[in-house]
Amino acid sequence: MKRRHAILVLEDGRTFHGEAYGSVGETFGEAVFNTGMTGYQETLTDPSYHRQVVVQTAPHIGNTGVNAEDDESRRIWVAGYVVRDPARLSSNWRATGGLEDRLATEGVVGISGVDTRALTRHLRERGAMRVGISSVDDDPRALLARVRQSPQMLGADLSAEVTTTAPYVVAAEGEHRFTVAALDLGIKRNVPRRLAARGVTTHVLPANSTIEELLATGADAVFFSPGPGDPATADGPVALAREVLRREVPLFGICFGSQILGRALGFGTYKLGYGHRGINQPVLDRVTGKVEVTSHNHGFAVQLPGVQPGAVVPDQVIETEFGGVQVSHLCLNDNVVEGLRARDVPAFTVQYHPEAAAGPHDADYLFDRFAELIEGRTHSEGRTNA
Amino acid sequence: MPKRTDLKHILVIGSGPIVIGQACEFDYSGTQACRVLRSEGIRVSLVNSNPATIMTDPEFADATYVEPITPEFVELVIAKERPDAVLPTLGGQTALNTAVALHEAGVLDKYGVELIGADIDAIRRGEDRQLFKEIVAKAGVRLGVEDPSGLVPRSRVCHSMDEVRETAAELGLPVVIRPSFTMGGLGSGMAHTDADLERIAGAGLAASPVHEVLIEESVLGWKEYELELMRDRHDNVVVVCSIENIDPMGVHTGDSVTVAPAMTLTDREYQRLRDLGIAVLREVGVDTGGCNIQFAVNPADGRIVVIEMNPRVSRSSALASKATGFPIAKIAAKLAIGYTLDEIPNDITLKTPAAFEPTLDYVVVKIPRFAFEKFPGADPELTTTMKSVGEAMSLGRNFTEALNKAMRSMETKEAGFWTVADPAVAAGPGVDPAGVAKESALAALRTPHDGRLYTVERALRLGASIAEVSAASGGIDPWFLDQIAALVELRAEIVAAPVLDAELLRRAKRAGLSDRQLAALRPELAAEDGVRTLRHRLGIRPVYKTVDTCAAEFEATTPYHYSSYDAETEVVGSARPKVLILGSGPNRIGQGIEFDYSCVHAVQALRSAPLGSAEASGSGAGGVGSGFETVMVNCNPETVSTDYDTADRLYFEPLTFEDVLEVWHAEDSSGRAAGGPGVVGVIVQLGGQTPLGLAQRLKDAGVPVVGTSPESIHLAEERGAFGSLLTRAGLRAPAHGTATSYEEAKEIADEIGYPVLVRPSYVLGGRGMEIVYDDVTLRDYIGRATDISPDHPVLVDRFLDDAIEIDVDALCDADGEVYLGGIMEHIEEAGIHSGDSSCALPPITLASSHVAQVRRYTEAIARGVGVRGLLNVQYALKDDALYVLEANPRASRTVPFVSKATAVPLAKAAARIALGATIAELRAEGLLPATGDGGSLPPDAPIAVKEAVLPFKRFRTPAGKGVDSLLGPEMKSTGEVMGIDTAFGPAFAKSQSAAYGSLPTEGKIFVSVANRDKRGMIFPVKRLADLGFEIVATSGTAEVLRRHGIACEQAPKHYEAGSDDDAVSLILSGRVALVINTPQGSGASARSDGYEIRSAAVTADIPCITTVPGAAAAVMGIEARIRGDMQVRPLQDLHATLRAPR
Repeated sequence: MKRRHAILVLEDGRTFHGEAYGSVGETFGEAVFNTGMTGYQETLTDPSYHRQVVVQTAPHIGNTGVNAEDDESRRIWVAGYVVRDPARLSSNWRATGGLEDRLATEGVVGISGVDTRALTRHLRERGAMRVGISSVDDDPRALLARVRQSPQMLGADLSAEVTTTAPYVVAAEGEHRFTVAALDLGIKRNVPRRLAARGVTTHVLPANSTIEELLATGADAVFFSPGPGDPATADGPVALAREVLRREVPLFGICFGSQILGRALGFGTYKLGYGHRGINQPVLDRVTGKVEVTSHNHGFAVQLPGVQPGAVVPDQVIETEFGGVQVSHLCLNDNVVEGLRARDVPAFTVQYHPEAAAGPHDADYLFDRFAELIEGRTHSEGRTNA
Repeated sequence: MPKRTDLKHILVIGSGPIVIGQACEFDYSGTQACRVLRSEGIRVSLVNSNPATIMTDPEFADATYVEPITPEFVELVIAKERPDAVLPTLGGQTALNTAVALHEAGVLDKYGVELIGADIDAIRRGEDRQLFKEIVAKAGVRLGVEDPSGLVPRSRVCHSMDEVRETAAELGLPVVIRPSFTMGGLGSGMAHTDADLERIAGAGLAASPVHEVLIEESVLGWKEYELELMRDRHDNVVVVCSIENIDPMGVHTGDSVTVAPAMTLTDREYQRLRDLGIAVLREVGVDTGGCNIQFAVNPADGRIVVIEMNPRVSRSSALASKATGFPIAKIAAKLAIGYTLDEIPNDITLKTPAAFEPTLDYVVVKIPRFAFEKFPGADPELTTTMKSVGEAMSLGRNFTEALNKAMRSMETKEAGFWTVADPAVAAGPGVDPAGVAKESALAALRTPHDGRLYTVERALRLGASIAEVSAASGGIDPWFLDQIAALVELRAEIVAAPVLDAELLRRAKRAGLSDRQLAALRPELAAEDGVRTLRHRLGIRPVYKTVDTCAAEFEATTPYHYSSYDAETEVVGSARPKVLILGSGPNRIGQGIEFDYSCVHAVQALRSAPLGSAEASGSGAGGVGSGFETVMVNCNPETVSTDYDTADRLYFEPLTFEDVLEVWHAEDSSGRAAGGPGVVGVIVQLGGQTPLGLAQRLKDAGVPVVGTSPESIHLAEERGAFGSLLTRAGLRAPAHGTATSYEEAKEIADEIGYPVLVRPSYVLGGRGMEIVYDDVTLRDYIGRATDISPDHPVLVDRFLDDAIEIDVDALCDADGEVYLGGIMEHIEEAGIHSGDSSCALPPITLASSHVAQVRRYTEAIARGVGVRGLLNVQYALKDDALYVLEANPRASRTVPFVSKATAVPLAKAAARIALGATIAELRAEGLLPATGDGGSLPPDAPIAVKEAVLPFKRFRTPAGKGVDSLLGPEMKSTGEVMGIDTAFGPAFAKSQSAAYGSLPTEGKIFVSVANRDKRGMIFPVKRLADLGFEIVATSGTAEVLRRHGIACEQAPKHYEAGSDDDAVSLILSGRVALVINTPQGSGASARSDGYEIRSAAVTADIPCITTVPGAAAAVMGIEARIRGDMQVRPLQDLHATLRAPR
């Protein structure tokens, strides 16, 4: 079967030729590469990839088809999909359909047959940038012009586009122990699932919820979810986080949620050259000295006062408005801040994905830490009350 | 957590000879370990009996003991060296078993030696089947798995046949039988019937050192996966690589076609494997280092069972290292001395740590290489016992590209799909032949066999559906089958296209098809050359990508490349003069580690060669960097040559003309573009027959082949030309002729007289070589020699009975100066392939006049042929007359042995000579000794004995009997060992200990010899009787022995039902310590005589001697053992003596 010709044009003009994959059409977004060898279904349905065109470095994509269980949200979010060798046949006992059909059904424009390694090397050297894919217009110059008119990721406020419109509840598995209010900035399904496994009932709330709405759920703790966009624009969630800190309600954040906490503590954020997107990233837990292999998906990171991006982060307590804060986790590849822990208020966050999906489960213990943090709080409050 | 400071001296245990299941991957891992430990300032002692390893080169350790890896000899080494610790996890099962034995014997405690990288309890937990099942269940509980007991196949450990029968009845057939503590799955198998059960379990109980087998539920047909993991002492664990077997469960992973990374797992399923793997590793308690875990996954419901784990670096680790660029052995060595993963930098990126999991943006395929043609009686069905002798790996940007490259790397008659005709299928009248062919292909798929993917392709092409093929093959995953179906569709397009246009050609190349495959589909294109011409005209050439561990996330500093038909190349231009060294491809019988050794030496010598005017001639860029830029091309993942640290650049590519030519083009053009001379030489004579066979075509294509010219190679290989050369030089050779038909062959045989030695031309390892005694056998042989053609005639030589065979390795330079590397005297008489016979260096019975004659002959041949580098000549000495048997103008199998025994690096010298150095210059430089050579060793030089290691134990006939262990002119050994000592007896004894386990010092010896050997056998047997052995003999032999006053029991030769004291029963029941059996008669009849006795010895795993000289040597060895005065001495010491100025 011969496929329709398609082109991919980066904003700096570099052009790749390939074939139409998924939906025929044209799409724009920020070109980023993901190095995971498994988990394309989770990646595609991860809201954090909203407005991004994902380049898969693994050459064979779609081998296991798609199934009913592995979606991380209600739909595919990627703005476009770039692969080298799409599967013609799905082979897996759980598969309910083929990936390409799913992409087409959801209108996702993709391109296949691209030298994805060349494209990845380009993005590594030049940084993430805007890109367009077209299987309807063969003229790279015309497409380039449209790419340059498309929106930038820097300064993009995307939470409102991905968040749930109405609150919903994910019940605890087995005995209910705690209630968590989760602010949905682009949450993945596996987060409430991991919490539920620890007896947590999660109330997932829209991104524009107020502190009162969060606490009205009877929450023992608050969770700030991962999500897309530039954290510098997330003033609403930042203000909300400060309310949570002020009330000393236990707080846990992941990814975008970690950047929110960073800003709430008074730190800055910055855009990484080409981000971390993969499931093999080594992160050092500074408390235990152990290394965990983790799932990442972030293009921005927290910037500490006086520490240049990439420089070694000193292992010392940083004083903030909410007391002392430590950098609890670091990426061993490039010294990026991967976790923050407040010493005087019950809050900690990680920049990476302990919920995995896709990726290794090494960091699953963080959900235990969250449960312990809540437990410690509720117990000590109980004693105070008594 | 930094390095431990209390470890100042470590003993590394190697893996010994190359055997099936344990090949040169352990040289690769051991070499890395030695390098790492020394660079950390630790004194390294090493014991390894295999001289063909790089690790036993004296510069890799402080004290290198080429001694048997047995508890007895390793204790001697420990007593002498007093190391702080022993590192046993990089030398395969051999090293691990030896370490366990040393621990159990109290040796480690006695000398206060710590075991590092493993602990005894963890080894037991990993290897003891029952303990392991409990461990897995515990790990399952820890993970919260619902039914932890379901994580392993249901099973029971049995110690007797009664227990075995009971268990099988409970589980229901088929069941899997796995003996405990054997390597490479030796002795395991699948029993479908009660008869299978009796046979396999019986042999398994015997093969297990603890007489224990596991009988388990069959997971036949499930998907099979492996994970390679590493753990440090801080309990950090990473998964280096996942490997998926295309052949489902039921075929040993070493015999399966495997793919990395896993292709048909969702992230959920993969993470479950990962979680389980890590939990099991922790539960077993692997201290630090690498380990490998195998899983089976039920394709119907995803149920996972853990099959086994190896708490050490394994064959799969070598594959994983080459597949990912993550150097497992090197890291394992660092972890063993206390580093943690986050403290070790990733070699390839330099900036990131080793504490991560490699991610691949390419696909890796490994295909095993078999040698069933060498064992005509052996059952070629693939089972859970490993039978392959080597493997090739390839990398591509997609599965089919990698698969096609791997298939053409095998160097079998088939060079990928469609390169040979489909097997003929007989269809009756009125029957659709295509339908019959399809059914026959589907039927063939039911039995796992070598080349099964060819059958898959044929079945699909003939119209079978993916579901049909999956079912017939017992469960090959549909995704893989669809990939092959895509090739079948592409084939149809290519065949049907009016012209092969650029678009279609590009697609074909992206799918991995070779020019040769395309030529087979498009006959009008004038063969492979025509396709290449068209392809180059259309500008379609491969690009070269980099293996970087991280899918391009970080910049790679290591030029480890593979080809792909993609958009962008990553070859960086360099102005240094480059030399390409072509490796030897997959290991096979006759071409193995010895050739890799020579290639690695060439790299080492050329990297550091002073670029004199002669050597850099034509370069115009002398003085850029130091030495040549070395570029290695090879496709064998087990080797040191394919370590990205070995050469300056590594191309992991098939060694076909097309692939090599493209690498040359990429390197030459990028070098010239960078202002350098490009490729100044391509070395073809060190990698065995594989690269040698490419020499002429490469030269014709304009590639600068250096060293002995292709024309000279042809002169030595082509019998007629070589015969004239010998005649002109006045050198004697057995009468001979060249035949292209039976009539011609018979004419020659009539003229020169039987017996004759017949063989195809241009082969290695005596492939197809036989001694023929009459017309009938000759006709039969010619009938079987299917390749016979004017291009591939059969050589017919007069065979010299009872001659002494002599092997010589020599160097010759452009001035015609000759350096004799070494003269080896074979212990067995001529007629047994030199690769299978043991030999001694220096020669133990030759007179100085013989040596002088050998020198004169060798010089005449070297100059006559025009050798520039290495030459190997084989001679026969009969009745004081020297005959030239053959000359090979290339590195031989014995180069490493000679180099170790004489302290002279012959392959390094050969590489230098190929690039223009002279022997005089190399003597001045010190690479060669200032005076003298291997033909004039000092009188006090040690005696080195090389012994071959044979794989008979691995094979069974379809009826389940052992195969014959008789030696002949066709090579059958997989590897070799060296025994070195002051005299022949102890050196021979060491060689036997290293190869087969020690010669006996007491017990019964069974003797049955042919009539012609009776006279020669009297003295050796008498001596054995005097030494206290009891002698048992068959009637004829017993009679002769008694007449010479040698007391002996008599036993019937043939197995007698119900009898307990016939020869076979005696041997099988373990009542005999040694068998001496020489076959009666000649030719084919010799094969049947004594077959039962020899195969019983193979089954019982006791030494079996099949020649009179072999028996005499054994007697000397046994005497040395009884005297018990054998000492160990490091090679460094021996070499200092040998190279001392005299």
